[in-house]
Amino acid sequence: MSRVARAHPLWLAYILHRLSGLLLALFLPFHFLVLSLALHNAARLDAFLTLAEIPVIKLSETALVFLLAVHMFGGLRLMALEWLPWSGAQKTWAASAAAGAVFLSFLFLMRAI
Amino acid sequence: MTPFHLYMAQRLSALVMAPFVLVHLGVMIYAIQGGLTAAEILGRTQGSLFWFLFYGMFVIAVALHAALGLRVILAEWAGLRGGVLNGVSTAIGLGLLGLGAHAVWAVTAGGGA
Amino acid sequence: MSHRETITVTVQRGSAATGQHMQEFQVPAYESQTVLDVVSWIQQNTDPTLTYRFACRVGMCGSCAMMVNGVPRWTCRTHVKKVLKDQRIDIAPLRNLPVLKDLAVDMDPFFDKWVAAEGRHHPSIGRDAPIPAINPEAAARQVASAGIECINCSICYAACDTVANDPDYLGPAALQRAWTVYNDAKDADRGAILDAVSGKGGCHSCHSMGSCTAYCPNGLDPLSAIAGLKRATTRRFFGGGA
Repeated sequence: MSRVARAHPLWLAYILHRLSGLLLALFLPFHFLVLSLALHNAARLDAFLTLAEIPVIKLSETALVFLLAVHMFGGLRLMALEWLPWSGAQKTWAASAAAGAVFLSFLFLMRAI
Repeated sequence: MTPFHLYMAQRLSALVMAPFVLVHLGVMIYAIQGGLTAAEILGRTQGSLFWFLFYGMFVIAVALHAALGLRVILAEWAGLRGGVLNGVSTAIGLGLLGLGAHAVWAVTAGGGA
Repeated sequence: MSHRETITVTVQRGSAATGQHMQEFQVPAYESQTVLDVVSWIQQNTDPTLTYRFACRVGMCGSCAMMVNGVPRWTCRTHVKKVLKDQRIDIAPLRNLPVLKDLAVDMDPFFDKWVAAEGRHHPSIGRDAPIPAINPEAAARQVASAGIECINCSICYAACDTVANDPDYLGPAALQRAWTVYNDAKDADRGAILDAVSGKGGCHSCHSMGSCTAYCPNGLDPLSAIAGLKRATTRRFFGGGA
């Protein structure tokens, strides 16, 4: 029932910001651990990086690019809302943040494949 | 730390990170073409003071930002309160800082390959 | 629409203490009919024990808000036609407040937070001083005026997920009130307001999801008011004064 009360653009922007932040935070330790391989074992890092040739990994990377971009654009929108006298047109800005993130992740995917 | 100070730390770490994220996205989109290798990554970053400072500050900001973001989620969605909430989020922040610092050291300073 | 047609109305009964259940009623459909009319019809014709709250019936007193098909609404000014789906309506007590019985909620937490947000007048002069003129065109006055039509119906409070997730959060109505008083040229203690909204559950807990603004029946904008408080506290932090 309460699902209906949430179906409006800024609530969707809120949940997108929260979930993208959560997923990025969960990804971060793995990101750091993989890069740390470079210190003692560049061959293992290379072995790991070749996994990126698998299509599903490429799509996951694209998803991560989207999450990072949408979290950043969405966060900039929130800071502009809070700190600048820009309370109008929030739905347009939220949509622009999502569109910008889709564009960047698509660009990434096009270069990755 | 009052709730207001946590808010300021969250927003300021975000503001510091925005240019880092933009560059990070740019580098990812640039570097992904033709696949990634350890040699390619390390060739760009190893021995570079610029990338050491760039990723060093990025890691400090992201550890703080992610810990504060997860703190809110743990409070709102997992019901953590008081000392437990502070303890868990501090541990998350320090953990991310440690892993991130190690990764930065691995790709910019270490002997690598 | 003939008067023989009926609508199926599901009403949440009971309280947390006695246990809650949904009860179905058949109510005659009329050409012009509000959700409050439907609830009143049930109470007058089918079950006199149905408990609900209303007073003015014209959208001024703010006492008849309920969840209608999962959306918080002022029932006296919500036409059945607007919310009817397959000849059915679901009616439940306001979200985020303790249920006293059936459709009546305990509004105490809502008003306690109103007080905690320091949204009260801090006098700058005594009662015998002449009344100072206020320029209605002044920028701060316009900001204050934007929020003064709040009728304390608690619809924003029921719509807000941050209220649902954080029992300490003061909520949109109380914070909007604080922002209104903060912008009042006659208020003498703006610092006290910023202190009150900077504590646990204050304006910094808001995630700008905007359900308050989306569902305010009077078209007010608590989302922007809370953003204003965040801006004011940030300015004070950087030495901009209260």
